[in-house]
Amino acid sequence: MPVELYLNVAVSGLLTGLIYGLSALGLSVIFGVIRIVNFAHGEIMVMGMFATLVLFRHLGIDPLYCVPIVAAALFAFGYLLQDLVVRRIVHLPDYMQFLLMAAIAVMIVSLCLMIFGPDAQGVQVSYAYDSFQIGPLLVDKVRVYAGVAALVVSGLLFAFFRYTDTGKAIRACGDNQTGALVVGLNVRRLFALTFGIGTACLGAAGAILVLLIDVHPYLGPSYTLLAFIIVIIGGLGSLPGALLGGLLIGFSEALAGLVFQPSMKSAVSFGLLILVLLLRPQGLMGKISR
Amino acid sequence: MTAAASRSAALKVEGLTRRFSGLTAVDNVSFEVPPGAIHALIGPNGAGKTTTFNMIAGALKPTAGEVLLDGRSLVGMRPDQICRAGVGRTFQVVRPFGQISVAENVAVGALSWTDDLAEARRHALAMLELLGLADKRNALPGSITLPDRKRLEVARALATKPKLLLLDEVMAGLRPTETDRMVATFRRLNEETGVTIVLIEHVMRAVMALSHHVVVLNYGKVIAQGTPAEVTRNPDVLACYLGVEELS
Amino acid sequence: MIRRLTDGLPRRALALLLLFAVVMALAPFFVSDYVLSVLIISLYFAFVGQAWNLMLGFAGQLSLGHALFVGIGAYTSAALFTHFGIDPWVGVVAAVALSTLMGCIIGYLGFRFSIRGVYFALLTIAFAEFTGIMVDNSAWLGGSAGLFLPVKNAGSIDLLNLRGPPTLFYYLILILTGGALVLCRFLLNSKLGLYWQAIRDDQEAAEAAGVPLFRYKMIAVAISSALTGVAGVWYAFYYNNLFPESTFATGRSVELILGAVVGGVGTLFGPILGALILTPLGELLTALTSGLQIDGIKTFFWGFCVVAIVLFRPSGVWPWLAGLLKLDGRAR
Repeated sequence: MPVELYLNVAVSGLLTGLIYGLSALGLSVIFGVIRIVNFAHGEIMVMGMFATLVLFRHLGIDPLYCVPIVAAALFAFGYLLQDLVVRRIVHLPDYMQFLLMAAIAVMIVSLCLMIFGPDAQGVQVSYAYDSFQIGPLLVDKVRVYAGVAALVVSGLLFAFFRYTDTGKAIRACGDNQTGALVVGLNVRRLFALTFGIGTACLGAAGAILVLLIDVHPYLGPSYTLLAFIIVIIGGLGSLPGALLGGLLIGFSEALAGLVFQPSMKSAVSFGLLILVLLLRPQGLMGKISR
Repeated sequence: MTAAASRSAALKVEGLTRRFSGLTAVDNVSFEVPPGAIHALIGPNGAGKTTTFNMIAGALKPTAGEVLLDGRSLVGMRPDQICRAGVGRTFQVVRPFGQISVAENVAVGALSWTDDLAEARRHALAMLELLGLADKRNALPGSITLPDRKRLEVARALATKPKLLLLDEVMAGLRPTETDRMVATFRRLNEETGVTIVLIEHVMRAVMALSHHVVVLNYGKVIAQGTPAEVTRNPDVLACYLGVEELS
Repeated sequence: MIRRLTDGLPRRALALLLLFAVVMALAPFFVSDYVLSVLIISLYFAFVGQAWNLMLGFAGQLSLGHALFVGIGAYTSAALFTHFGIDPWVGVVAAVALSTLMGCIIGYLGFRFSIRGVYFALLTIAFAEFTGIMVDNSAWLGGSAGLFLPVKNAGSIDLLNLRGPPTLFYYLILILTGGALVLCRFLLNSKLGLYWQAIRDDQEAAEAAGVPLFRYKMIAVAISSALTGVAGVWYAFYYNNLFPESTFATGRSVELILGAVVGGVGTLFGPILGALILTPLGELLTALTSGLQIDGIKTFFWGFCVVAIVLFRPSGVWPWLAGLLKLDGRAR
């Protein structure tokens, strides 16, 4: 029995990890190209979660079908945020960027609080209590769907960066902004697109995450930190690294919750972060660039 | 300025090598600079001149080889320890401290041998006067011209009271008259204090006027050394600068 | 000593500073309890902001986990007081020792392993959050239920045990803030300060000019964490209750440094000015929006104001104000 318990927890941890990974991709894309650390990361995802909640409650759309809608809405949000605000601060020192993003995060939290109130709310889908039985494994149906959805969105993102001209142009901007300007790329538009794509990832991740946890306005900061941890562990700016980091953190948190007290599980993540910073600051999949 | 009795040091570089993942930037480079001499390090771009400087100054660890200052090994020491041991350096791309005044920039250098800020400031002013920057002392480095920033770079290095001064292209971008003034300054400095100087330079006018001895690097290797006159007649040197080998 | 501190300051600046000091010193006699409490919180943020600014603004090392040092200082002195009855004047020594030790550990790891910029900031966050979780799980420190200091005979002043009315805490934090200002001015105009600024502006160039990076960065972290630890002791005895979540969280760290950034990083008076803008601004917004009965509207506008200030005065309000007042813009 204990072995099966561990196995079950590990699998569900990995599935959650896929969503973490997708959310971390949003952070990594933005940092990798625009070199902005998005301190409002978690709060933007919470926006996506609330949007999904509204779509589900009022229009009865399943959160999984909300993914493209919410992603599109947050894409527009991110595009405008970059073009109207963030663009003006990229030349400022790190701490100014942190602070501005943190202030934007405060505004988002307040907005959510004004509209939805402080209480935790969730969605109740028809398949909420179903599960798949595979041999000794018993996995929640929602979690499987959620994990698969996260994987699909991540796959689309990879394909976008690998095969489309716009994706390649964005990567070029990230590698060498001056060079991109010289060859005539519209860097301003590409940056806005990038920020939009990053927040679209968050929207998708948020829509999926609503299936698993209840949402409230103050949920953001812990997910911001979680995404930081994942991205650093995977390698800041590396997309496969973000996904790998997500799996690793989902897995280790699930197990840590079982082995230690549940309240200790993020201590394990922070411990892991410290270790990675000290021993392999470029992350598991990152290139050395100093 | 306060002329110390002897501020010369002999530099000996032996088999210095630095590899960057497959590429050998500096390959078994050896040369000797006697105390009080002025040596020039020349060669085409990418020949490994700055990498050599970085290894002497401790900014880069050599893959192999030895750097001796007056017989004492510098390899493994930190840049600030090497500075205190008597090696002052400038950077090819000027690197002033952007948010403090010109005078304070130079005072930082002087603090390497004194704890007294007032004394460091006095010495800084003397250095600025030596380089003709005294009237800019209260300006921020960002507001002075590039040639002035180059002088600032030299003043900061000089303020550390070096026994060996490493100058990385300090005349690049200067007008001929400015170059001549800078050359005169270094010559006077060398005569008055005896400081040993190694300079990387593309401005041949300066190399010819200043250096007693020239070391030529190409693809990380020493291909020739000798007096300026000898080196400029050397067919290998001409070849690497002009690409004659393809023609002949 | 005093000559050295005032040397190079314009007359006007000295006069204004003196006036400011006098106003602050007399404030409790004229203002209401409410305004006094706002001033107290403002000065607390000014003091911590000053300590944080010493590390980033002077020495160029960004910490986003300064709540950690407040927390260590607060919990150390509070635990000694509640469990063993050790008075805060002894407690502060232990508190400073522990928070400095923690600062040195983080500094040692960060600087030895050459973790820089964003990465160093994340290291400080990781340590703060990690410690917060540990405290949360420590029954001795009250866990998530919080640690409460015994409140006795409020009203009378017990200096030894630091029990008394808000005025007592006002003067304490005023003295601390003033002391930190003088200390920072003194440090900035010393070899230490010049070396810090060199490191801040260009680490490699500083090293080539003979600055031992590790030692001087460590000194910056040590002084900054020690001062912040003192702030923690004050915080514990002023509020009388401590909760790990609200003490160590990253949001708390951000709140602590907001004043300094808004006021002007790297300036001496910026942290004080910034704190005196932001805290009252928050109170003003509370007053303006309280009639609306909408949760979150106050913080929304507060965030908006911060965004606006950052966008329009990216190098801080103080350099701009100092320019207007025809003082030395760099406020040295």
